[in-house]
Amino acid sequence: MINDDHAVLLEVRGITKAFAGVQALKGVDLTVRPGEVHCVLGQNGAGKSTLIKTLSGVHAPDDGEIVWQGQTVTIADPVAALDLGIATMYQELDVVDGLTIAENIFLGHERSTGGMLRVGEANRLTRELLSRLGHGNIPATTEVSQLSAANKQIVSMARALSRDTKLIIMDEPSAVLDSGEVANLFRVIRELTAQGIAVVYISHRLEEIRQIGDRISVIKDGRSTASGLSVADTSTADLIRLMTGRDVANVFPPATPVAPNAPVLLDVQDLHLRGAFSDVSFTVRAGEIVGLAGLVGSGRTEILETIYGARKATSGTVSIDGRTLAAGSVAAAVRAGMGFSPEERKSQGLLLDEPIFKNVTLSTFGRFARGGVLNERGERDAAKEQIAALELRPDDPDRPARTLSGGNQQKILLARWLVHGTKVLLLDEPTRGVDVGARAEIYALIRRLAAAGTAIVVVSSEIEEVLGLSDRVLVIGDGEVLTTTNASDIDESGVLDLVLKGSAA
Amino acid sequence: MSEQTTTSEPALAGASQQAERPSTFRRVMGGSVGRNLGLVIALVVLFIIGTVTAGDRFADVNNFLTIIRYASVIGVISIGMTFVITSGGIDLSVGSVMGLASVVASLAAVQAAATQSSWLLMVVVALAVGAAAGLINGIIIAYGNVVAFMATLAMLVGARGLAELISGRRTQIVNNRDFLEVIRADFLGVPVLIWIFAAVAVAGWFLLNRTTFGRRTVAIGGNAEASRLAGIKVKRHLVYIYLLAGVTSGIAAIMMLGRTTAGTSTHGTLYELDAIAAVVVGGTLLIGGRGTIVGTVLGVLIFSTLTNVFTQNNLDTSVQQVAKGLIIVIAVLLQQRFATRGAAARKR
Repeated sequence: MINDDHAVLLEVRGITKAFAGVQALKGVDLTVRPGEVHCVLGQNGAGKSTLIKTLSGVHAPDDGEIVWQGQTVTIADPVAALDLGIATMYQELDVVDGLTIAENIFLGHERSTGGMLRVGEANRLTRELLSRLGHGNIPATTEVSQLSAANKQIVSMARALSRDTKLIIMDEPSAVLDSGEVANLFRVIRELTAQGIAVVYISHRLEEIRQIGDRISVIKDGRSTASGLSVADTSTADLIRLMTGRDVANVFPPATPVAPNAPVLLDVQDLHLRGAFSDVSFTVRAGEIVGLAGLVGSGRTEILETIYGARKATSGTVSIDGRTLAAGSVAAAVRAGMGFSPEERKSQGLLLDEPIFKNVTLSTFGRFARGGVLNERGERDAAKEQIAALELRPDDPDRPARTLSGGNQQKILLARWLVHGTKVLLLDEPTRGVDVGARAEIYALIRRLAAAGTAIVVVSSEIEEVLGLSDRVLVIGDGEVLTTTNASDIDESGVLDLVLKGSAA
Repeated sequence: MSEQTTTSEPALAGASQQAERPSTFRRVMGGSVGRNLGLVIALVVLFIIGTVTAGDRFADVNNFLTIIRYASVIGVISIGMTFVITSGGIDLSVGSVMGLASVVASLAAVQAAATQSSWLLMVVVALAVGAAAGLINGIIIAYGNVVAFMATLAMLVGARGLAELISGRRTQIVNNRDFLEVIRADFLGVPVLIWIFAAVAVAGWFLLNRTTFGRRTVAIGGNAEASRLAGIKVKRHLVYIYLLAGVTSGIAAIMMLGRTTAGTSTHGTLYELDAIAAVVVGGTLLIGGRGTIVGTVLGVLIFSTLTNVFTQNNLDTSVQQVAKGLIIVIAVLLQQRFATRGAAARKR
């Protein structure tokens, strides 16, 4: 939907920005045309967020130029950005939960006469905006707290439209959405671009960029490595090289065949959790990776948490190595040799302010201790061993976990269960928040763990990941196992077919 | 590894070369030494003010012992409170549980039985009352899923009322000679009360920093969900922590019985606030996940010294309250400054 190949809405030239000695941006260029979806790609820490914040008036650049509709501008604060016509949709949506949709949309520029709100007019305009975005079915007076994350994004976009916005910056909007909602988001983005509005779309999910993007700019270590590439003409391998600076084989490691006589380490029988799932039975052999594929809300995370004892099963049994576990006891599961890497690493997995080594030994410090007295030297040595084995960076066991990248934080959790000597490992979204370069590394580690005889269960919202990583796949829909199959016998569309049929029935 | 220019903060001369990592200076200053250094400086400033304004009345070994002796009861309670706050909780009942324990341990019947058998009976009774109250707090919080603030607020009110009921609001004089002789004695020229405080502080430091109990406490305060998913029995440990706080209230009751030679339901009134203030001023994070016994001891000493300086100068207690309030605010402001600057270099 590009109106004019030569029209330029926004041009950023050589922007730099330093914070307390850290050079976040070292020279970024970006050219955005009206009506295009311009993807900005980069690993975590590449400077994407800082770039957004200089465009939305949160940070002032140290050097460089911002040209908006042919004129050099200084964006002094967020209000100045909005006045120019630049709106930003952050990951943590800045909508006010207690207000209605209409109140949110006109927040800061209320429709009023002499201090009296013209509520009717605001509601009418809101209805118009929502229908322009294809969501006329949501009442304008709905309180925002009642809305899903996806619909809150719609509100955020409607607000941008209400202000005669010409450019909307979206910071990883798909991170909080499931695949159905992402499809809807893309439809709305196309509505926006059809009306001449440009979208800067920040993401590190390559497959999305292929679907929605017109052109791509890539940032690495605060510097532009590519600007304005055509999406259609750029290969994935090239993009990964531009992002990471190295060649990454973006493929899953080859599966090693599971020996038919390998012992069954995890045996789940007729597991049932009221209100979430029922009749889940499967086994995992030593060295096998079993994936649970399904949409958000299908019950896949609940199944994992119930196996682990973090939720108490209504009925059914979980056995490890032939021994049945007490229901609803994480401590019992851990003692029996089970490990779990949760979906929300930061809030469920790590002590962010504690050093790496204490995070690694969080499940095992008691084993190092003698008579209740800690043995920190032993803990640190064990952690160092895993840091070396997993190539965890930085390799200093005393660094707080908070300072590590998503991929390295994931490695802390893997290290924790390696020290523990886990027989059965449950992984929920093992590559969430992990950038493309580090993903292949995590995949390889998981495969290596399996090869060493661990039984692994993987859950991921990226179906491709489940299929690529697993030996066998359970397709989950609405809390039921729809089918169990070899991962090589099914593809992404096959899984989606099953899931959609299952939910329609 | 050889070049880490990103952390080139102005370091003390020579300090950067001696260590392999140039961030050592920041680590130390952002860590426990840096935080405690501020408290030590505050204490030194108070001593200077005291010496200048009150002269020899202040700068006297006996006066210093008085300061510490007065700090010791609240000090013991604050050690227990440090564990509670480090775990992300709060215990508002410590003062009234101490009052209740002092009343029960000084009941005529208990004292009579103690005279028949041993003065230790009074000690055991006080500890048992404290432990029981702490156990109830812990069970209600951990297994009843009641927030600690409300559960211990209920205990604050309930224990105080129970103490009034049992004592009939009368002061019960301690007349067990053996008990008083032991508790009020000096050992190596230092009052037994101070020895008890020192012993509890050292034991608390060891428990928090060197044992699995301490590690669990810090882990739960840092992230209870992550701790649970790592296999730590969070609920059971929370019960132990409130039990520990109850026991320190029991110990404080014994000390109070000795110091005042009486048990009464008003013992320990508002001690919970003094203890929380000392713990937080000392550098323990109110949201949990980081605790320091050394800081707590320094915090207690700062408040106790402040009181003494004011008393020596015959100043109004109201002025003293204002000064206390100021110290709390300044300490917390400084703590936040340190927390943000030293976040990357934090190491306990």
